[in-house]
Amino acid sequence: MQHTIAHLKRGEKGIITDVSSVLIPLKLLEMGCLPGNLVELVQVAPFSDPLYLNINGSHLAIRKETAIHILIDRIDE
Amino acid sequence: MSKQLNVALIGNPNTGKTSVFNALTGLNQQVGNYPGITVEKKEGICKLPRGVKAHIIDLPGTYSLNASSLDENVVIELLLNRNDKDFPDVAVVVSDVENLKRNLLLFTQIKDLEIPCLLVVNMADRMRRKGITLDIEYLEQQLETKIAVISTRKNEGIDNLKQQIANYKELSIKPCLSASDIDVEYFNRLRNAFPNQLLYKLWLVITQDVNFGKTDRKVIDAIASFKTKSEGDLKRLQQKETIKRYQFINNVLKKGQTIDASQATDVRAKLDRILTHKIWGYVIFFFILLTIFQAIYDWSSIPMDWIDSSFASLSNWVKDTFPGGGKVTDLIAEGIISGLGGIVIFIPQIAFLFLFIAILEESGYMSRVVFLMDRVMRRFGLSGKSVVPLISGTACAIPAIMATRNIESWKERLITILVTPFTTCSARLPVYLIIISLVIPEGRILGLSYQALTLMLLYLIGFGAAVGSAWVLNKILKIKSKSFFVVEMPNYKVPLLKNVALTVLEKTKSFIFGAGKIILAISIVLWVLASYGPGEQFNNAENIITEQYAQDNLSTDDLEHKIASHKLEHSFIGIAGHAIEPAIRPLGYDWKIGIAIVSSFAAREVFVGTLATIYSVGSDDEETIKNRMAGEINPILGGPLFNFASGISLLLFYAFAMQCMSTLAIVKKETNSWKWPVYQFTIMTAIAYIFALIAYQFLK
Repeated sequence: MQHTIAHLKRGEKGIITDVSSVLIPLKLLEMGCLPGNLVELVQVAPFSDPLYLNINGSHLAIRKETAIHILIDRIDE
Repeated sequence: MSKQLNVALIGNPNTGKTSVFNALTGLNQQVGNYPGITVEKKEGICKLPRGVKAHIIDLPGTYSLNASSLDENVVIELLLNRNDKDFPDVAVVVSDVENLKRNLLLFTQIKDLEIPCLLVVNMADRMRRKGITLDIEYLEQQLETKIAVISTRKNEGIDNLKQQIANYKELSIKPCLSASDIDVEYFNRLRNAFPNQLLYKLWLVITQDVNFGKTDRKVIDAIASFKTKSEGDLKRLQQKETIKRYQFINNVLKKGQTIDASQATDVRAKLDRILTHKIWGYVIFFFILLTIFQAIYDWSSIPMDWIDSSFASLSNWVKDTFPGGGKVTDLIAEGIISGLGGIVIFIPQIAFLFLFIAILEESGYMSRVVFLMDRVMRRFGLSGKSVVPLISGTACAIPAIMATRNIESWKERLITILVTPFTTCSARLPVYLIIISLVIPEGRILGLSYQALTLMLLYLIGFGAAVGSAWVLNKILKIKSKSFFVVEMPNYKVPLLKNVALTVLEKTKSFIFGAGKIILAISIVLWVLASYGPGEQFNNAENIITEQYAQDNLSTDDLEHKIASHKLEHSFIGIAGHAIEPAIRPLGYDWKIGIAIVSSFAAREVFVGTLATIYSVGSDDEETIKNRMAGEINPILGGPLFNFASGISLLLFYAFAMQCMSTLAIVKKETNSWKWPVYQFTIMTAIAYIFALIAYQFLK
């Protein structure tokens, strides 16, 4: 099954594999959300949305509806 | 004369760019607007070594040169227009040592514009705590620039920065990577079509979907015939470009930066665990809000009482000292001084509000609130980012509406703009405070005073109205807009005193002068309208009253009082007040309150000042406004005019009515149409009338 950022649990990490340029705005890419970069789910807001991420050293929060369009390979530790 | 150097400060949000600006300019700064738009323009003067003066512009924070908002657009417009008088001789790119990777993206873009470019690495004081070391020489070489490592918190490296700015001629203007490699063939074609233009500049002009104003419109038009790529292809190319830039940056930092994670001590994780906790997060937020309201209501009442009584005695002092001045003395004492008092009395509250908002923003806590509230706010068609405008709205709706610009979705932004004026702004506060103290008894329940509870309730009503109408608008408005949300979660910082103080000073000043002009002008107009009148009743008041009471043996004082109030009733303003009385009588108001309400439609804060003007025109005793109001008698029913029913009715009217011309003007600017402010005005005022009517009819 193809995983997305929305599948991560708190503290889990993954490597971004694909970002849809149609659905994901440029601004998010510019903040580091690019294929090959490491992403960690730092914290989940109440009602499990939005998601607080550490992407490539940048800390930012996005909504679940955006997160499901960012594909990742999960890193199991 | 020495040449003045143009310096532009550019950087991502949260890099401490404004701290650098404050460190360079100190109090030599001013805030205005860019012509035609409401984006703040901060500029200042800095003295560099060897007597060179630098004119410094603090450009709005942006993550890249691909603008997605009006504020970011300003940055690009300036950097693309070499003819602009502010076009920088040197661009100073401010970065934060902890987010160097992301900050460098913008840096590489600006380098491509071939502007002399200096890199500032700020927050150097955090390097050791984070286990970061930098190889400055290597970085300078790879990035084709000079680097100034500074700490605005510790005030280190500022002199060195000034020196480096002065030496700007030594800076290279070579780009540090060739972004055009992403599609060699396409960029070659572009270069051939416009051989005299900078390639990256053309690329920016092609890809920006925002309107660029005057900047190179000709180029854009010419490009239209050249355009060989679809929107989708261009977007893919932009993505490729971003990847390419990050590859370069990652490579450079691999050698130029070492991070020893074992050295890093992180309070972020610990604080986040509490502050964004699903229960504690909300509890803490609630207590912070409580503290803010406590400050506005309680702490600021001391300076406010003092200001109130000072202006009353000043007014009397003028009258006693210049008794022969006639109309001029009257105008100064009753028109101008009471008008000014109505402005100055705001300072404590506004300052407190801006103080708290500045601290919340500076510390990084505001982003956590956005994160915490997004899901909840979305239920009402708002965004987590709407929380900031709604809180700022308790100070003033104008900056609050401008703060909606970082909301990405147009629908969420529009709804936020439309409902923000319901939040209890500080202009409503004087009205609330004075009416509450007149009609709500002094007692306490569970240690809380009834008066404080009433005020709290009014704030809740304001928020309730905002959120409720957002919910309705979300159902009604049929706007398709891409819902997208991203918010940076900056590191926690202890706010810098200098930054907070300058923000409070600046915001308070601009509010006082902005609103102050209107209030003062209205006060003078009101005084004139109250001091003159048409016809026999006004001009012959002395004779009419003296005759009427000839049998009653009134004292001279009483007689003068009767004459004055007869004059007021037949002055221009009295006639206007009487004209609208039928419409407002069902709400429990008399013609004097009517005048105050009408003038409040220019700005709410005029209410108290207007009553002050109206009542002081009628008498000479040293009394504060409040005592005068308490003594007013309802002309029809008898008993005090400001009783429980009419008081509550007035409070509700002010809670809902859209009585602020400046806000309407801002809404027009931000939504680019008269439609929204007109709806806003009509609907809010109708709601206000209905609620006030119901309240009065039930309570009387």
